[in-house]
Amino acid sequence: MNAYAVDHSHDDHHDHGPPPGLMRWVTTTNHKDIGTLYLWFSLIMFFIGGLMALVIRTELFQPGLQIVDPHFFNQMTTLHALVMIFGVIMPAFVGLANWMLPMMVGAPDMALPRMNNWSFWILPFGFSIMLSTLFMEGGGPASGWTIYPPLVLQTGDALPYLIFSIHILGVSSIMGAINIIATIMNLRAPGMTYMKMPLFVWTWFITAYLLIAVMPVLAGAVTMLLTDKFFGTSFFDAAGGGDPVMFQHIFWFFGHPEVYILILPAFGIVSEIIPTFSRKKLFGYTSMVYATASIAFLSFIVWAHHMFTVGMPLAGEMFFMFSTMLIAVPTGVKVFNWVSTMWKGAMTFETPMLFALGFVIMFTIGGFSGLMLAMTPIDFQYHDTYFVVAHFHYVLVPGAVFAIVGGVYYWLPKWTGNMYDEKLGKAHFWLSTIFVNILFFPMHFVGLAGMPRRIPDYAVQFTDFNQVATIGAFGFGFAQILLLVVVVKCIRGGEKATDQVWEGAHGLEWTVASPAPYHTFSPQPVVK
Amino acid sequence: MKPRLKILHLVLIPIAMFGFGYLMVPIYDIFCDITGLNGKTGSISQAEAELLETDTERRVRVEFISALNRNAPWDFHPDVKSMRVTPGKPYTTSYTATNRLDRLMTGQAVPSVAPAKAASYFNKTECFCFVQQTFEPRESRQMPLVFVVDPDLPDDINTLTLSYTFFDVNSRIN
Repeated sequence: MNAYAVDHSHDDHHDHGPPPGLMRWVTTTNHKDIGTLYLWFSLIMFFIGGLMALVIRTELFQPGLQIVDPHFFNQMTTLHALVMIFGVIMPAFVGLANWMLPMMVGAPDMALPRMNNWSFWILPFGFSIMLSTLFMEGGGPASGWTIYPPLVLQTGDALPYLIFSIHILGVSSIMGAINIIATIMNLRAPGMTYMKMPLFVWTWFITAYLLIAVMPVLAGAVTMLLTDKFFGTSFFDAAGGGDPVMFQHIFWFFGHPEVYILILPAFGIVSEIIPTFSRKKLFGYTSMVYATASIAFLSFIVWAHHMFTVGMPLAGEMFFMFSTMLIAVPTGVKVFNWVSTMWKGAMTFETPMLFALGFVIMFTIGGFSGLMLAMTPIDFQYHDTYFVVAHFHYVLVPGAVFAIVGGVYYWLPKWTGNMYDEKLGKAHFWLSTIFVNILFFPMHFVGLAGMPRRIPDYAVQFTDFNQVATIGAFGFGFAQILLLVVVVKCIRGGEKATDQVWEGAHGLEWTVASPAPYHTFSPQPVVK
Repeated sequence: MKPRLKILHLVLIPIAMFGFGYLMVPIYDIFCDITGLNGKTGSISQAEAELLETDTERRVRVEFISALNRNAPWDFHPDVKSMRVTPGKPYTTSYTATNRLDRLMTGQAVPSVAPAKAASYFNKTECFCFVQQTFEPRESRQMPLVFVVDPDLPDDINTLTLSYTFFDVNSRIN
C-alpha cells in the first residue's frame, strides 16, 4: 500500500542469524522461532487429538460396544476436547500471532521475548502431564472436558495431574496474552494508530484481554475442585453446604468467553485473507473493530445459556436467552462485511481464499445452530444431544481450524520464501470440506432425534447417520496428512515467492523480504 | 504510562480475576438466598414464626420425599408422605433414619424445595438438618422437623415438595 513507507536499509546487514543446533529452539527469544514452535506443537497435537476422535468414531460406527470399554471411551471424549481446545486451536493462534503480529505492527520482536520463550516451553510439559494420566491407575479424566463435580471428583490418580496441567496451560496462555497486549500497546511503528492496525491485530488484542480475564477464573475453579477432593473444603459438596451447580456457573463464566477466544482470532485471519483475494479494502473496517469488541463484551453476560436445564428462574432464562441472541447482531455485521468485501471484487480462488470462503459459509451454519440452541424452550430438547456436538464442531472445525489452515497457506510463502503446491493445497481444501460435512452434518439429525452426547453405545435407529459420520471422520482425518505434506514440501523448496507474495496483499508484513529475515524492522518503519 | 508500569497493570488483571473466581462463591450464596435459585429453604426463630399472620382461607399441600447420596448406608424416609397445611401456622412432622452398619455413623441431611420459587417461603424453626446426626450401630431414630409456610406464598403455588438428601459425612469428620 502506498501509505506505507518502509526503511529498507535493514535488509543490507544480516549480521546475526539464528545460532546452529537444537539449542536454538530451546533458548530462542526470537518471535519467528517461537511462532514456528507453537505451530509445530499445534500440528502434532492436532494429530494426537485427531487419533482420539477416530477412536471415538470407530466405536460409534455400530451400536453396542465394539473396540473400547465405556470408561476408556469417556477418557477419549474428555482428552480429545482438552487437546483440541488447549493444545491445537489456542497454540495455533498464539503461533500465528507470534509470527505475524510484530511484522504487522512494524515491531522488531515481541515486547517480552524471554517470557515468550517460557510461555511456549511450559506447554509441552503441561500436555505431557495431561496425557500421562492415560497410563495411570484408574485411567485419565473421563468426566468430559467441562469437569463437572461431583463426577470429576471420582477420577482416580489422574485428578491432581489434570488440575496441575490445566494450571500450566492457563499460565502459558496468560503470559502469551500479556505479551501480545504489551507488544500492541508499546511497539507499534510510528504512525500505526489503533484504527490503522490490521484486523488480525485487533481481534488478537481483544482476545488477549479475554484470556487474562477468564483463564484465572478457570484456574480458581479447578483449584476449588482440588481442595474439595484433598483438603476437606465444600465448595461443590452439598453435604458441607456447597452446591455443585455453582461449579457450572464459575466454569461457564470462563467457558463462554473461552469459546470466543477460540474464534475471534479466526475472524481476524479471515478479515486479512478475503480483502487480499478480492483485491478490495476490507468493507466496514471500523464496524469490524466495534463488532469484535461487542462480541467480547457480550461473552461475559451469557454464560448460563450452557445450563438452561439446571432449574433457573424464568427471568434468568429469559435474560440469558435474549443476551445470547443479541450476539448474532455483531456476528452478522461481520459476515455481511466479508460478503460486501467480496462484492464486485476481482476475486481469485487460491487455497487461502478457499479456506476463508469455507469458513464464512460453514461458520455461519454453526452460528445458526447456535442461535437455535440459544432459545430456552427449544434447548430443553437439544441439551446434551448430538445437536450440540454438531453445533460446536461446525464453529470449531470448519470455523476456527479452517481459518487457521487458511492463515497457514496465506502466510507460508512469507515464512519459507517458497510458494506451496497450489494443486495439493486445493485438493486439501476440497477433501477437507467434503469430509467435514459428511462428518458433522448427520450429527444434527441424530441430535434432533434424541441421541445423547458422550455415550459409547446408542439405539439402533441412529446407526445409519453414525456410520456416515464415521466415514467422514476418517476421510477428514486422512485429508489432514496432505496439510503436513504441503507444509514440508514448501519448506524444502518450490517456486520462489515475491516479497508481496499475493497481488492484492497490503500491509507491513508484505514489505519485508520472503522468507522474512530473522530480524525484521530493527529500525522501525514509519506508517503514513 | 511507562511500558513497565503497563505490564505490571496487565499482571494485576489475572491476579484480580483469580480472586474474582473465589468471590463468585459468596456472590452465588447471596444471590441464591434472595432468589431461592438453588432450592435452599429458609429458617426462622420460634418468635418470628409466631408473628406470622395465619391465612385461614388457604390450604397448601406439602409433600415430603427423601433420597440417599451415593448409597449412603442408611434407611431414610419421611414418616408422613404429605400434609395439607394452613400458611402461617407451624406444623411438626418427622423423618426416620436407620443406620444399617455395625459402627458409629454420622450423616447430614440437605434440604431442597421445589418449585425453587417457593423455597424462600418455606421456613423451619426446628430441623434435624441444622446439625450433623450421629447414629449408634444399627440405631433407628425419628428426627423432628417444625416448619411454617409463609402466608405471602404466591397464589399460583398450591403444592410444595420438600426433599431431603442424606449424605454420609464420616470421611469429612475423620
